[in-house]
Amino acid sequence: MIHAALRRWETMLAAVLVVEFVSFSLLSPYFLDVDTLSDATFNFTERALVALPLALLIIAGEIDISVAGIIALASVAMGFAADAGAGTATLLGVGLGTGLLAGCVNGALVTFARVPSIVATIGTMTLFRGIAYAALGDRVLKSYPASFSTFGQGYFVGPVSIELALFVVFALLFAAFLHGTRYGRAIYAIGANPVATRFAGIRVDRYRFALFAVTGLAAGLAAVLLTSRLGSTRPSIAQGWELEIISIVILGGISVWGGKGSILGVVLASLVFGLVTFGLGLMNIPGIVMSIFTGALLILVVAVPALLGRR
Amino acid sequence: MNRWRLATDTQRRDLSLALLTLLLVAAVTFEFPGFAAPRNLASVFDDTAILIMLALGQMLVILVRGVDLSVAANLALCGMLAALFNRAFPGAGVWPVLLLSLGAGALLGAFNGVLVWKLRLPPIVVTLGTMSVYRGVIYLLSRGAWVNENEMSPAFVAFTRAQFLGLSTLSWLAIACTVAAVLLMRGSRVARNFYAAGGNPEAAAYSGIDVGRMQFIAYVICGACAGLCGYLWVARFAVAYTDIALGFELQVIAACLIGGVAITGGVGSALGVLLGCLFLGVIRSSLPLVGISAFWQMFINGVVILVAVLLGARQRRHARSILEAKA
Repeated sequence: MIHAALRRWETMLAAVLVVEFVSFSLLSPYFLDVDTLSDATFNFTERALVALPLALLIIAGEIDISVAGIIALASVAMGFAADAGAGTATLLGVGLGTGLLAGCVNGALVTFARVPSIVATIGTMTLFRGIAYAALGDRVLKSYPASFSTFGQGYFVGPVSIELALFVVFALLFAAFLHGTRYGRAIYAIGANPVATRFAGIRVDRYRFALFAVTGLAAGLAAVLLTSRLGSTRPSIAQGWELEIISIVILGGISVWGGKGSILGVVLASLVFGLVTFGLGLMNIPGIVMSIFTGALLILVVAVPALLGRR
Repeated sequence: MNRWRLATDTQRRDLSLALLTLLLVAAVTFEFPGFAAPRNLASVFDDTAILIMLALGQMLVILVRGVDLSVAANLALCGMLAALFNRAFPGAGVWPVLLLSLGAGALLGAFNGVLVWKLRLPPIVVTLGTMSVYRGVIYLLSRGAWVNENEMSPAFVAFTRAQFLGLSTLSWLAIACTVAAVLLMRGSRVARNFYAAGGNPEAAAYSGIDVGRMQFIAYVICGACAGLCGYLWVARFAVAYTDIALGFELQVIAACLIGGVAITGGVGSALGVLLGCLFLGVIRSSLPLVGISAFWQMFINGVVILVAVLLGARQRRHARSILEAKA
């Protein structure tokens, strides 16, 4: 029993998390402070919100590398809406709507046009980011109303930010959906064997389309939060986030081969990732060097199970 | 009459792409008569040369069902290595630099290849990771600083720009690579093994082809191309820094896909890839003429990739009618 629990990926992540906590609090006397920890959560909440639906998508055997492109597109759409005088509620609608629409484009490419999801989303990643650059060039959009900053800068209760509260709520919802409903079972089945699942009478393509749409919607939400937190939009916003978001999902024990993984793992991986980047930031390590760490982490996490002969 | 009929889909496809490119040249020339002048066309080709060499390498990887997102980062890293080597040994001449960038690129490609071959990791995950690692290493090597033209030896910069019969060394290298690729991909046994390994890996394995090894070789060649292009890029633009060629991998993939390389593997020709590159090259060099900012390039790449994969998907539709075939 104990042996099995020790060998579980989630247990290992929890152990890593404890090690991180202990070593950071030994390294810095300011670390174990409610405000510091509250600040640290901003490092992962936006990415983790996208990681949740992306985890489902990867469990179902697909992938979406256009998520950062969607964030940029949604942010640019909100920027132009704000320029045109839109209020906060409208901006929220524009951000979420753009994300949903972009997700539906991915879903349509994969289900109706039968394009493999890797190349479909390489294409849309280029297209979405390309639209952002074409529309904005080297300009910056920042005429956001003051109340718009609530989403990314506001607090729910005490030190719990709105972003963190949203993440907790969505993590619980996704966990209940994936592990507690027959729809969740169907997602595992699709990832394990799409053809057999289709024979079992499950409308595989509907699931795929819905998962791409929800991933787009989540990217739209992340765009709202990120734009609100930064207060401005450049076409390079969220550059490289696809790597970080996919890394969180894979680090969470979601198999790149589909069919395996849990939401608990993704949540733990988000915390591990957020704390590590926060710690590296405290040590004044520049973002580009952190990207070595993220890239190496991604490869390591997929390579280790392969080396140990477990899939 | 019969001898004028085109034998295969590939030839029809290549011909329509060539006609489309010529049409584009004609349209731009109609507005700007200077565009089709030999001197200008030579400079358009010079601008496209690096894309051609990178796309030929990428073609091999896509043929064996892989993809290499790390080519641009590989190029930038090898370019920085070449620039730093040249700064340290300005008197060494061009040959050591060429060997260094070629070798370093092949090594970086081999790293991708080993992970895909020996550990059977998904190419997209591997190269997404190495893309970011390679890019970060440039920053560590250069400490974020630029290497400018005044820190490069004259021979280092002059190599790519030297003219021969009206074309630059860079252009001649691209031509040589294309000719070599066309000849090798047509006739050699290795080439047939590439097509077999990508077209039907199971069948290829049964006939004694080591599919993983073919993937490894493809990544090494692709990496070597990227490494060589790293030096050429840095010498041509006479500057090396962390972010050179950022996002260029997408243009390389776009060129391959519009050139008729199937993302599902096993289909593609060097001639098609050349045409794809020329098509994108003509678009890129006519953008400033028709008053469209360079910021549109990425959008165009995206449209090109999507159109190419949609066309490709339509061709296979009949094979996946009720239940999808195993990809």
